[in-house]
Amino acid sequence: MTMTIHVDIVSAEQEIYSGQAEMVFAPALLGEVGIAPRHAPLITMLMPGEVRVKVDEEEDHAFFVSGGMLEVQPHVVTVLADTAIRAKDIDEAAALEAKAKAEEELADRSGQIDYARAQAQLAEAIMQLRTLDRLRKRGR
Amino acid sequence: MAVGKEIRTKITSIKNTQKITRAMEMVAASKMRKTQNRMQATRPYAVKMAQIIKHLAHANPEYRHPYLQERTTRRVGVIIISSDRGLCGGLNANLFRKTITRFKQWEKDGIGIELCTIGSKASGFFSNLGANISGQALKLGDTPHLQDIIGVIKIMLDAYAEGKIDELHVIYNEFINTMTQQPTVQQLIPVRQAEQIEEFPEHWDYIYEPDAKEVLDNLMTRYIESIVYQGLVENNACEQAARMVAMKSASDNAGKLIDELQLVYNKARQAAITQEISEIVAGAAAV
Repeated sequence: MTMTIHVDIVSAEQEIYSGQAEMVFAPALLGEVGIAPRHAPLITMLMPGEVRVKVDEEEDHAFFVSGGMLEVQPHVVTVLADTAIRAKDIDEAAALEAKAKAEEELADRSGQIDYARAQAQLAEAIMQLRTLDRLRKRGR
Repeated sequence: MAVGKEIRTKITSIKNTQKITRAMEMVAASKMRKTQNRMQATRPYAVKMAQIIKHLAHANPEYRHPYLQERTTRRVGVIIISSDRGLCGGLNANLFRKTITRFKQWEKDGIGIELCTIGSKASGFFSNLGANISGQALKLGDTPHLQDIIGVIKIMLDAYAEGKIDELHVIYNEFINTMTQQPTVQQLIPVRQAEQIEEFPEHWDYIYEPDAKEVLDNLMTRYIESIVYQGLVENNACEQAARMVAMKSASDNAGKLIDELQLVYNKARQAAITQEISEIVAGAAAV
C-alpha cells in the first residue's frame, strides 16, 4: 500500500475537503508545489489557482482557491483557502470604504462618548424589558 | 349589534399583530438553524489556524511578529459586532451595556479608545453618543462574507502597525444556547499564546516561502480576520435565537391579551342582551 498524507482544505466560511491522499498539488507563490507524504515542514502562501488532491490512481479532486496559505507537516497538509481574491490594493480599497461609510454618517461627532446618555438609554431599554417580563409573569 | 365595537376592532388588530410576530418567530427559528450550521462550518478553519499558530510558536522563526509582542497600553482598538436589525429582545442592549462598562474602565485608566463597528445597531448607538467611529460595515445580511469585514479589520491592523493602538479587542455575543447569549470581550492583539505543552522533537522550523516575515504577516492577518468573522457568525446565530425567543413571548402575550379582551367583550355582549330582554319584558308588562 502506498503511503498517504492527510489533507484538510478549509476556508473561513466552511470546510471544503478532508481526507487521505497520495499527493497534493498547490499553486504556491513561488511556483506549483507537489506535496508527497513525509514532506519537510513547509509554510507558504498560495496564489489563485487550483489545488489538486490525488487520492489514488483513479480518484482525483480539484478545488479552486483564490489564494491562501499552505501548511505542511510530515503527515498533514492544511490548506487555508481565502474566500475572496486578496491583494494589497483591494484590501486598501475595502478599508477606505469602511472608513468612508463611518464618516458619512457621523457629521456631528465630537469624539467624546457621552457615557451618561449611554447609560440612560441602556437603562431605559433594560427597564422596558424587565417590565415586560414582570407583566408576563403576572399574567400567568 | 353595536355592542363592543371598539373591543372587537382591538381584538382584530391584536390578532393581526400576533400573526406577524408568529411569522417572525418561525422565520427566526428556521434562520437560527441555518446560522448555527454556519457557525459550525467556520470552526474547522479557526481550529486549523490556531494549530498552525501554535506550531509556529514551537518552531523558531528568526522573525518575531509584532502581534505577539506586548506593549504598554495607551490606546485600545475595539471592534463591536452587533445585529443589523432590532426586535431581538435585549441582545444589543446587553452587549452595549457591557461595552460601556468596559469603556469606562479604560477611560478611568487613562486609555484612549478607537472604535470600529459591524452592524447597523452598533453604528447607530455609538454615533448617537458622539463616539468617533473610524470604520464600519453595515447590512451584512444573514450570510455575511469575510470580504465584507476585511476593510474594518484592516483599519484596526493599520492603526496597530502605526502605533495608534496597542491592543485590539472584539466585542460580540457568544452563542451559548438558544436561551442564553453572553456578551463577550475578546482580546485579539497581542495574541494570547496557548500554553506550550505539546511535545515536539527537538528544534525544527518550517521552510518559509517566500520568507518568514511575509508568511507570518499574512497568516496573522488571516488569523485575526477569522476570529472576527467567527464572532460575526456567532453574533448572527445569537440574533436569530434572541429574536425567536422575543417573538415567541410577544405572540404569547398577544394571545393572553386576546383572551382577556374576548372575556370583556363577551361580558358586554351578555349585559346588552340581558338589558334588551328586561326592556322587552318591562315593555310587555306595561301594555
